[in-house]
Amino acid sequence: MELTTVWFALIAVLWVGYFCLEGFDFGVGMLLPVLARNETERRVMINTIGPVWDGNEVWVLVAGGATFAAFPEWYATLFSGFYLPLLLILVALIVRGLAFEYRHKRGYDAWKGRWDLAIIWGSFVPALLWGVAFANIVAGVPIDADKEFTGTLFTLLNPYGLLGGLVTLSLFATHGAMFVALKTDGDIRHRARDLAVRIGAVAALLAVVFLVWTQMKTGTAVSAVVFVVAALALVGGLLAAMGGREGWAFIGTFVTIALAVVGLFVALFPDVMPSTTDPAYSLTTTNAAATAYTLKVMTWVAVVFTPIVLGYQAWTYWVFRRRIAVHHIPSAELAETPAS
Amino acid sequence: MDVLDIARWQFGIITVYHFLFVPLTIGLTAVIAGLETAWVRTGKEDYLRLTKFFGKLFLINFAIGVVTGIVQEFQFGMNWSDYSRFVGDVFGAPLAVEGLLAFFLESTFLGLWIFGWDKLPRGMHAGCMWLVHLGTLASSWFILAANSWMQHPVGYRYNAEAGRAELIDFWAVMFNKVQVVTFPHVIFTAYMTAGTFLLGVSAYLYMKKEHEADRPMYHRAIRIGAVITLLAGIGVAVTGDLQGKVMTEVQPMKMAAAEGLYETSDSCAPFSVLTLGTPDGKEEKFAVTVPCLLSFLGTGSFDGKVEGINPLREQYAETYGSDPSSKAFTEGDYTPVIPVTYWSFRFMMGLGFFAAAGAALILWLTRKGRTPGVRWLGVLGLSLPIATTLASSWGWIFTEMGRQPWVVFGLMTTESGVSPGVSVFEAATSLVVLTALYAVLAVIEVKLLVTYIRKGADPYEEPPRVKVGGSDDEDAPLTFAY
Repeated sequence: MELTTVWFALIAVLWVGYFCLEGFDFGVGMLLPVLARNETERRVMINTIGPVWDGNEVWVLVAGGATFAAFPEWYATLFSGFYLPLLLILVALIVRGLAFEYRHKRGYDAWKGRWDLAIIWGSFVPALLWGVAFANIVAGVPIDADKEFTGTLFTLLNPYGLLGGLVTLSLFATHGAMFVALKTDGDIRHRARDLAVRIGAVAALLAVVFLVWTQMKTGTAVSAVVFVVAALALVGGLLAAMGGREGWAFIGTFVTIALAVVGLFVALFPDVMPSTTDPAYSLTTTNAAATAYTLKVMTWVAVVFTPIVLGYQAWTYWVFRRRIAVHHIPSAELAETPAS
Repeated sequence: MDVLDIARWQFGIITVYHFLFVPLTIGLTAVIAGLETAWVRTGKEDYLRLTKFFGKLFLINFAIGVVTGIVQEFQFGMNWSDYSRFVGDVFGAPLAVEGLLAFFLESTFLGLWIFGWDKLPRGMHAGCMWLVHLGTLASSWFILAANSWMQHPVGYRYNAEAGRAELIDFWAVMFNKVQVVTFPHVIFTAYMTAGTFLLGVSAYLYMKKEHEADRPMYHRAIRIGAVITLLAGIGVAVTGDLQGKVMTEVQPMKMAAAEGLYETSDSCAPFSVLTLGTPDGKEEKFAVTVPCLLSFLGTGSFDGKVEGINPLREQYAETYGSDPSSKAFTEGDYTPVIPVTYWSFRFMMGLGFFAAAGAALILWLTRKGRTPGVRWLGVLGLSLPIATTLASSWGWIFTEMGRQPWVVFGLMTTESGVSPGVSVFEAATSLVVLTALYAVLAVIEVKLLVTYIRKGADPYEEPPRVKVGGSDDEDAPLTFAY
């Protein structure tokens, strides 16, 4: 296989990792005001993702860095073209990340309330905008002969793009609710499970419309198979949730998101950013790529270190495998004075 | 203002801001890991109290460093897309490797450290912080390799057809001669910053009546911090000197601009203590100098030759300025802004020396368990980490401004790297939004730091002894390092 194809696949893997992992912590963040009924339950929810959200977020940094290195033209066109949505995502990730670290630093309610808003909006905005961005990448955007994006913000806000945003938003919310159901105990666990099924039904509907639309636009036989399996995984996940099998339910949404991303990349290949101005201007895995030497160096690094990273990230989830319930939250943590 | 001006201001503001948090983060991970290891090995309660106290201050600082770091990676593509297209083949690789090797390590093991007090055995818990430190070192290595390549491009060839620089030797980029002196300089500075922070915060608390009972603990912390500061300070000075010599060789204009040396000095170049030039930066008006010192700093010999700004300007114009279609061509000239390079160089060194001198003074005042009888100890102590942090800022302002008008020395000017497709509206929105957000965050973080420093270290609390994954008591409340 060509190294450019290998790197296209590796970048797909990085986005799969990002959406499957940060997807659920976006979901937990968005559902904070919906699922948690009091401060202790909010602490329970935040603590389910507390040790892992930052590690999850690194996937997008590596995806960005790998795109820069393996497909410099793709990185340059995408980041300068999708300027304002990316700025919004940056602001959201900044306030959200700080909220997780600073929320517990003061005891008074107004302080916590403001950081809660940062968590909620900071999770909602990227969950929506990543979908808009990806849908537009797959559908194509105006790109000129110099590989420059020639549209505006409103070019991206087309019906297909917005639907893509709603799909990621609803899928991540479902995924997050499944995660809360899996990682907590007591009343909140049951509420999370019920909510996951309800949001999941909406997500399934939106996702099917979106995937069929994508298939009609740019799909191949392979992407069709992948999309069908993704849809089945979602249905399976929802059924598992209804049956009280939280582990399987979470695996269901995990697989759904992973396969949806894989399907989009399959539909995209061999383009990386198709041009709607003229197909000849499209960025492809070959005309956007770095040199064979750079790709070779990076391949060695990836082959050696990716398994190590996966190993210790998986170990972290194992260390924090216990469910968290209301009685695990130390009462001193809730006091009015600065938390100790 | 055009997009270029806005993008330059944004890069300057966003990067200097980010780096206010970086050296302390790098250095404190080592200090905290060291304190925790000392506790694991000796069982002394004070070491655990200091670990937890400085751990909390570290987390407040680290959070901003992380979130502002995301912007760094995005803004190359957003504001500097032509730069990204030109250098991506060379510059992208260290960035990607940094993410894979360093960011995962830092974030994952920090999560384990914060939430793992009741989930991991003690030695393993301390080991997590050592791994975070290893991650910060790896991160520094790769990002500084990328920056060093911009100062002194090596291991590449220029592909005229593709119009870009292409990597031909990864190891040459990793062990660039600028990199091998810059990395230790930055890391020693980080240790110095953490040393002054440990010293300064402890000195402040030592002087407070309400923390009188903890004086022996803070006394010890002051001494540890002072020793770290001085040892690291020696490292900073030695590596800084080496950097000067490499710079004189590969970026003579930057050295000349640092000194306000307008004409070439064939031997015994003077070191300027104060030089004032004409407003157009072309001529020296007034100077106070130390004879021959610059020759020594730049070449290692008192009669070494140091080139001056004016002859270099002509030489660069001849070499790079003939082809207007080249990315190395500029309408302006090939001189950086002399007052900025001249003063930033001096602020960097002055603040660094001040911090080292302050640490030495406090070390002497606290010798043999002595209680210093001076009231200003706390104020002096707290001024030291501020001085080292600002010294880092000035150092970066110097090294980046001194490279101008280049973004990649000799290959590409900064003005040709800017994104051609980005509008003034977009760039200005980004600059305003990020600057305003960063300002608010700075206020919040300083207030939090002050609150938590004032409180001092919490009383000793014995952490549970557990195996991996937690104790057998499934109902025990969780323990966090928040």
